[in-house]
Amino acid sequence: MTEDNTATATVVGEGAPQLTTRLSLFRRMTELRVFEKRVYDIFLQGLVKGTTHLSLGQEAIAAGFGEAMRSDDWTFATYRGHAHTVSRGVPFAPIMAELMGRRGGLMAGKGGSMHLTSVEHGMMGSYAIVGAHIPIATGAAFSAKYRKSGQVSVCFFGDGTTNIGAFHEALNFAAVWKLPIVFVCENNLYMEYTAISAVTAVEHPAADRAGAYGLERIIVDGNDADAMYEIANKTLDRARVGGGPSLIEALTYRHAGHSRADPGKYRPDEEVAAWIAKDPIPNYRKRLLDAGVDESVLDRIEKEVAESVDIATELAKASPPPGEDLILKDLWSDGSSTWRN
Amino acid sequence: MAELSLREAVARAIAQEMRRDPNVVFLGEDVAAAGGVFKTTTGLLEEFGPERVIDTPISEQAILGTIMGAAMTGLRPIAEIMYSDFFAVCWDLVVNQMAKTRYMTNGQVSLPLVMKTGNGGGLRFGAQHSQSIENWAMAVPGIKVVMPSTPVDLVGLFAASVRDDDPVLFLEQKALYTVKGDVPDGDVCFELGKAVVRRMGADAAVVTIGTMVPRALEAAEILAKEHGIDLTVIDLRSLIPLDTACILEHVVRTGRLFTVEENPRVVGWGAEVTSIVADECFFDLDAPLVRITTPYIPLPSAGELEDKTIPSVELIVETILKRMV
Repeated sequence: MTEDNTATATVVGEGAPQLTTRLSLFRRMTELRVFEKRVYDIFLQGLVKGTTHLSLGQEAIAAGFGEAMRSDDWTFATYRGHAHTVSRGVPFAPIMAELMGRRGGLMAGKGGSMHLTSVEHGMMGSYAIVGAHIPIATGAAFSAKYRKSGQVSVCFFGDGTTNIGAFHEALNFAAVWKLPIVFVCENNLYMEYTAISAVTAVEHPAADRAGAYGLERIIVDGNDADAMYEIANKTLDRARVGGGPSLIEALTYRHAGHSRADPGKYRPDEEVAAWIAKDPIPNYRKRLLDAGVDESVLDRIEKEVAESVDIATELAKASPPPGEDLILKDLWSDGSSTWRN
Repeated sequence: MAELSLREAVARAIAQEMRRDPNVVFLGEDVAAAGGVFKTTTGLLEEFGPERVIDTPISEQAILGTIMGAAMTGLRPIAEIMYSDFFAVCWDLVVNQMAKTRYMTNGQVSLPLVMKTGNGGGLRFGAQHSQSIENWAMAVPGIKVVMPSTPVDLVGLFAASVRDDDPVLFLEQKALYTVKGDVPDGDVCFELGKAVVRRMGADAAVVTIGTMVPRALEAAEILAKEHGIDLTVIDLRSLIPLDTACILEHVVRTGRLFTVEENPRVVGWGAEVTSIVADECFFDLDAPLVRITTPYIPLPSAGELEDKTIPSVELIVETILKRMV
């Protein structure tokens, strides 16, 4: 997008996507919001153990890319991966069941919240070691280029990831080999509990590093679904025609803390309030109404999404716990975990 | 049939697999144009071209991440990590990513990849270029650990590793690169997890792998000739999978077990082997189980020190003589 420091590149008017696309973006964001609010609720009910890392407030990024990606493109996400999983079209129920540790879960309860994966949907994994998936996503891009498949690898990560070595190694690799990959930094201003600005030598943790790898400096309003959709198309197209990698810094904010353990008290009230006012979903709703969309259309989308999340929640709750027969399965490709004869 | 050094067998093995399967690619530091720092990969770039034989920057995390991402999307990549010591800078990719992904995803993801590396001491390289990391890898559920001791085994086990659908750590013992042996023409591929009895004897089973195999065999000849002790020497060839059946058979037959290990003593692979033997054939034993290992220290550089550190023929002879009484 622009070389501006923030975030107002709203794409309305002539550059705006088709109405059907915009309604789809609205539906996607609504799905992510309603789904994750439900995850929050059922966590409080004790139905989800361990931890969760929600993307509440950051939905426009996953929605924009989910809308723009080809069905055989690949997503690589972090432990904050629910939104990216939903946005690739993975049904709610198996995700919900995975969070609850049920047999009907996406990975039958063997992965959990931080490892959501659905290969058949191109959701190639959620990785819980910060930065580890950046070279792995790069390897998928290597494979696409080698096989001339036209597929693009899209790798999502947080601002904190830009300070780990694997990020820099992989960016250099991707740039040297001109790989079909889009790196998407979701800069929510905090690496876990610490302001990213307090621990980073540059103002924009991703964009200000792009030049080091010969890449364009891209900053985009990560709370604007139209802007995200536009930059997704631009960078996916570039990758697909052999133009090499892109590094996007999408400015956003998480409405909740880092994880379930974190109330997020380290963030100033005024800052939180300012970003809540920039909530991607109500703002997009207003934009669609201003563009002449009938409110009943949006109401219906919201109602349909709420109903399908309700149904999924009940399906997940009805799924039994995983059987012990799974414990020793699938370490190896023969389905076993046998290491000796 | 050709007589090859173990060094030459590496390129022979990679070429065999690359000719067989166009999805096999090979990357690493200095592996293409330079032919490898140990000259193990000479000629591969010329035969297979720069799209399949690739020089990388010094970025071990990117190297292993790349082969993992490539393996999960349809390729059968091979990466070289120049010295096994360097796995310490990319161990996350091995331990947290490659090893766990199939299990965590309930079998959705296959990772048919090989990490080949120069392993072990004996070349006076000092503590950061001489380690034996087979026991690190063996401790991580989900990684196969293979270590050939002869040129033909290098080719056959490497082919099996490339064709395997799981991640394999393939350890090339730097001290064995000059060892020569016959390698048949045509397709050579063995099975992982099958030990080989290199010498048959009645008095004790010596279980070993890699660089320690020729040393154990030499020690066995000395003990036979000078002391009338007749040893069985087993070359495990892989630690995961582990050919426990072979070990137990020969321990039961001879009543005694010695392990000869290059890795440092504490939590070396021999501890697992002796534990299995103690548990499963205790009443067939005639004597305590004995482990001959490198001590619990980093490796010193000077020849006089390194030779007294890694188990030598002399140490093996001396220990077995002392413990056979």
